[in-house]
Amino acid sequence: MHALALRRLTKTYKNGIQALKGIDLSVDEGDFFALLGPNGAGKTTAIGIVTSLVNKTGGTVEVFGHDIDRELEIAKSCIGIVPQEINFNQFESVFTIVVNQAGFYGIDRRLAKQRAEKYLKQLQLWDRRSAAARSLSGGMKRRLMIARALMHEPALLILDEPTAGVDIEVRRTMWEFLRSINAQGTTIILTTHYLEEAENLCRTVAIIDGGRIIECDSMANVLRKLQAETFVFNLRDARTDAPRLEGFRASLADDHTLEIEVSRGQSLNDVFAQLSAQGVGVDSMRNKVNRLEELFIRLVDSGSKAAGARAV
Amino acid sequence: MNGVPSRLRCDWIGFKTIIIREFGRIVRIWGQTIVPPAVTATLYFIIFGSLIGRRVGRVGGYEYMQFIAPGLIMMSVITNSYGNVVSSFFGAKFGKHLEELLVSPLPNWLIVLGYVMGGVMRGFFVGTVVTIVSLLFTRLALAHVFAIVSAALLTSIVFALGGFINAMFAKNFDQISWFPTFVLTPLTYLGGVFYSTKMLPNWAFVVSHANPILYMVNAFRYGFLSTSDVNLTLAYAIMVTAAAGMFTLAVVLMNRGTGIRE
Repeated sequence: MHALALRRLTKTYKNGIQALKGIDLSVDEGDFFALLGPNGAGKTTAIGIVTSLVNKTGGTVEVFGHDIDRELEIAKSCIGIVPQEINFNQFESVFTIVVNQAGFYGIDRRLAKQRAEKYLKQLQLWDRRSAAARSLSGGMKRRLMIARALMHEPALLILDEPTAGVDIEVRRTMWEFLRSINAQGTTIILTTHYLEEAENLCRTVAIIDGGRIIECDSMANVLRKLQAETFVFNLRDARTDAPRLEGFRASLADDHTLEIEVSRGQSLNDVFAQLSAQGVGVDSMRNKVNRLEELFIRLVDSGSKAAGARAV
Repeated sequence: MNGVPSRLRCDWIGFKTIIIREFGRIVRIWGQTIVPPAVTATLYFIIFGSLIGRRVGRVGGYEYMQFIAPGLIMMSVITNSYGNVVSSFFGAKFGKHLEELLVSPLPNWLIVLGYVMGGVMRGFFVGTVVTIVSLLFTRLALAHVFAIVSAALLTSIVFALGGFINAMFAKNFDQISWFPTFVLTPLTYLGGVFYSTKMLPNWAFVVSHANPILYMVNAFRYGFLSTSDVNLTLAYAIMVTAAAGMFTLAVVLMNRGTGIRE
C-alpha cells in the first residue's frame, strides 16, 4: 500500500499563481522519501494540501488509502507534520505543548504524559519540559516540533526543512533519530535544502520544479543518472593559468585551486596521469558539491532553460 | 476491544483538551482576564450606583443600584465571552499555532465548540466576580435561577461565536478591535443596562427594540428582579436563533477555510 498517493494534484492561488500543475506522486509504506526543489517549486504547497492547511484546486490525495475528500479525519490521524516555520504557542511550556497535541489526536492525558516523557527524553528536551517554548534555542524548537509530531505515533511523518538553521551536531543527532523511527516502520517524507541530508537519509527522491515533478526514482537510480561531476584539486604550487588536459574541461578558481569536470566513463587516473606529466602537484582533492546537489542543479537548470525556451 | 479508542472518545478527549488549554490561558493571564472587569465594575457601581444613582431615584420599582447590577454583570459576560475567543483564536491564527488544531483529526464543528466553551467559561468567571463585587454595593435576589443561568449561557455563546467569526475574518489586530469599539460597546450601552426603555421617548423606545442586547439584558434582569422591558419568549427566541445561526456560520467558514487556509 502507498503511504501517500497524489494524483493530478493542482493548486492555483487567488493571485493566479499556479503552484502545482498536476502532480502524480506515490510514496511507499516504510520509505524514507526526499521531496526536493528550489524555493517556490511547490513543495510546501503540496505538503500543505496533504495536511489540509491548503485547499487544493484539483486532483486527489490518499493517505494509506484514505481519500482526504471522503475520509479526512482518518487521513489526518495517520499524519504527523513538522512544518518549516515554528508554529507552537511560544508562551506555553514544552510539556504542555506536546501533551495538548496528543489530546487533539484523542490520546488520553495519562498516556499523553507517558509519551511526552518518552519523546522529550529521546530528543533531549526532558530537562527543559517546564520551560516556556520561547526560551528554547533554535535547535531545541525544531526538536520540540518533532516530538510534538510524534505524540500520536503517526504512520506517516512529514518534515518540511526540519534542520534549517540547526548546527551540524544537532543535525546529525536528528538524522540518527529519524533513521531509528524509520527503521521502526514510520514512513518519512522529508523536504530539505541540505542535499547531503537527503542523500544520507533517503531511499527515494522526487525533484519538483515549477509545480511539476521532474524526477522521481530511487536515490541509487537518480545518482546513476549523474553524467558529470566537478572535482576540486588543491595545487601544491601557484599557477596563473589552467593546464590543458586532453578530454577534460579544467578551470582555475584561484591560483592554488583547479576545478575539473569529469564525465561518466572518464577516469580520474587519466586526470592524475596528465597532471603528473605536466608537473602539476596535487595536495588534496574533493567533490565540488555532493553528487545529489550536482544532479539537482543540472536538472533544475535544464528545467528552467526549457521553460525559458518555451516562453520565447 | 482492540484498544483503539472510538472516534467519539477521541473527539471528546480533543474537545476537553481545547477547554483545558483555554482554561490555562485564562488563568495564565489573569491580570488581563479577571482583574480589569472587576475594577471596571467597581468603578461603575461607585459612579453610577452610589454617586449618580442616588439622584436618579427608583427605576422599575427598584433602587437604581439594584436595577443596573444585572445589566453590569451581563455587560461583563458579553465583553469577556467575545474578548476571550477573538483574542485567543486570532492569537492562534497570528502565531500559527492554530495549525496544531487544523492538522488534527478534530472535526471543525468541535473546534468551534471548544473555543466557544472557552469564551463561555471566561464570561461566567468574570460574571461571577462582578456579581460578588455588586453584592458589596447592593442586594440581589435569585428570583428565577433558570432565567439567570440560561440567559447568561445563551448570551455568552452568542458573543463567543461573534468573537470567533470576527477572528476568522480579521487580518490584523486593528480588525479585532474594530467590532468591539464601534458595534459591541455602543449596542451594550444602549441595550438597557443603565436605564429602562420605558424612560425613553417613543422613537428611541422603538429603535432600542432592534438591539438584540436589550433582550439579553432584560431576560437576565428578570432572573434577579422579576421585571423585564421585553417579552421573554421573544428574548429567548432571539438568543437561541442567534446562537444556532452564528454557530452554523462559524462552522461553514471553518469548512471553507475563510481566513485560515489558502
